[in-house]
Amino acid sequence: MPPVNIIVLIKQVPDPKAHVSIKEDGTLDRERAKAVINPYDRYAIEAALKVKEKLGAKVIALSMGPPKAEDALREALAMGVDEAILLSDRRLAGSDTLATSYALSRAIRKIGHYDLILCGMETVDGNTGQVGPEIAEHLGIPQITYVENFEIRDGFVRAKRLIEGGYEILRSKLPVLLTITNTGEEPRCATFLGVVKAVKKDIVVCSIDDIGVEEDSVGLKGSPTKVKKIERAVLCRSKYIVKGGSVEEIVDNLLKKLEEDGIDLVMMSE
Amino acid sequence: MSKGDFSGVWIYAGHDGSKIDRATLELLGVGRKIAEKIGAELSAVLIGCGIKHFAYELISYGADKVYLVEHEELKYYTTLPYAKVLTDLIAGEKPEIVLFAANTTGRDLAPRIAARLKTGLTADCTDLDVGDYEDKASGKLYKNILYQIRPAFGGDVIATIVTPERRPQMATVRPGIFELPKKNPGRDGEIIQCRIELGKNEEQAVEILKIVKEERGEANLKDAKIIVGGGRGVGGPEGFKLIRELAKVLSGQVGASRAAVDAGWISYSHQIGLTGQTVRPDIYIACGISGAVQHVIGVKNAKIIIAINKDPHAPIFDFADYGIVGDLFEILPVLIEKLKNIKAKHKTLRKMVNVQFRGLTWKTIK
Repeated sequence: MPPVNIIVLIKQVPDPKAHVSIKEDGTLDRERAKAVINPYDRYAIEAALKVKEKLGAKVIALSMGPPKAEDALREALAMGVDEAILLSDRRLAGSDTLATSYALSRAIRKIGHYDLILCGMETVDGNTGQVGPEIAEHLGIPQITYVENFEIRDGFVRAKRLIEGGYEILRSKLPVLLTITNTGEEPRCATFLGVVKAVKKDIVVCSIDDIGVEEDSVGLKGSPTKVKKIERAVLCRSKYIVKGGSVEEIVDNLLKKLEEDGIDLVMMSE
Repeated sequence: MSKGDFSGVWIYAGHDGSKIDRATLELLGVGRKIAEKIGAELSAVLIGCGIKHFAYELISYGADKVYLVEHEELKYYTTLPYAKVLTDLIAGEKPEIVLFAANTTGRDLAPRIAARLKTGLTADCTDLDVGDYEDKASGKLYKNILYQIRPAFGGDVIATIVTPERRPQMATVRPGIFELPKKNPGRDGEIIQCRIELGKNEEQAVEILKIVKEERGEANLKDAKIIVGGGRGVGGPEGFKLIRELAKVLSGQVGASRAAVDAGWISYSHQIGLTGQTVRPDIYIACGISGAVQHVIGVKNAKIIIAINKDPHAPIFDFADYGIVGDLFEILPVLIEKLKNIKAKHKTLRKMVNVQFRGLTWKTIK
């Protein structure tokens, strides 16, 4: 079997582990977080590298974002990805999932031959999970979402797809787009040697002109959805805080207060 | 698709062959509200094989019309055949709004259809409404537009999204947010049997080899009256023993924050939050959970929240009705013991208790 051509789609996102706290005025204070590879996409990279180790594959990482998204691609190279392409263009700013998926699908067409497209099941900043299936539609290829693991055999992909209360085993012909969950094989870290190799590699940066996308079909103009308004959300409740005293006293305090308020945990549990 | 004579609100009716998804019934509730606001009919699209009886149930929960598509090849959900059936129906009947549950089926199917129809799609809405939208750039005013409301940027903000120009307006709606509508078995409705053509090769690219239902202690968080949740402060899988014990005493379920799930201390099926499940128990007890917005969004519909955390400045205390500042490893054993004692006493003294809904206020800060 010839080596498998894999494209892994990755997005650079603000670090979800960054601490978020509430400021005195009740608004949220999001620490200026460093940017990282979307955690779900790391599982997609790992899955691609596993195929490469087992069957032999050429793995290309493709990302869309500002110039600094190069850092995410550099890390993907250090993990073991062969080539990296960044689609970066000011005219893409404000693209919704339809416009984003369209632009990425054009970039994929430009790359040409592919057997497998992998991406995370969603991003931790957008949480839509829409871009993967939308790309599959633009390319006219099948998709399997929420894939925990898969194998390639006899020109088919056999995938375990997680669903509510269980899973499915699906078989698809190639090429296919898979979105990967974070329940499978743990993603590897970049090795020192990997980092050294990655530094020497070029990241191909392209604009929408390079992939034959017209300005009107991306960005705010090319996005059917518009943001009407954005509000800071602060959720508040009546708070009664017990502190100080012995553990015994604290627990008694809480139970007494609950009782006064007509809340009986034991009764409610029955 | 561009706007033409589009009218009506549609929901996609998901099922597993034996019953209609709970999330679908929730959709009928919110779909009804939207349909009434714009003065339109509410229709459900039901696809499968041998499932006509579900059509009556959809009507009893609020559908005016059910488009019923039955075919042997459509017995189980697969993306491409279902996408073809639904896009053909949408192209023919031209609904103004199409809603899906934001579960693994809806989130697989809806983007496929939105991309085919070149229309907008908003994921995981936590609220829907109808109102006007003025396009600032063109100055054009759009009437009766669907407001697709969802948390954005990891939950820091709430965004209202609209699709002013393209039709249909599409959204997936987060399960567990909307209440089940009341069932009215006497409701009138119309069932439209649709004939479809299938069998083209490209529609059969993906084949189901097996569907496995797994119990594996799957957390049934959706219907739980009491949930005890554990977070980073629980410290490890061992720490979840205490959480489980408290849940057991209260006949409740175990939930977890993303931090605890990411650390591998408990399975994803327990995860509550923006990534994870949305729950609405009577009581939520948050143990060692800092209160990241990502988590709090998943429990904001709980009637009462009790938080236990050793950090007095943990944001969770801002979201709680009751809080204990203290070490959960000291507090929980005592609490469990006391509750056990009370439980023993209660066996002889039973009475009904009504929980007052403690209103949750959303503050908007400009």
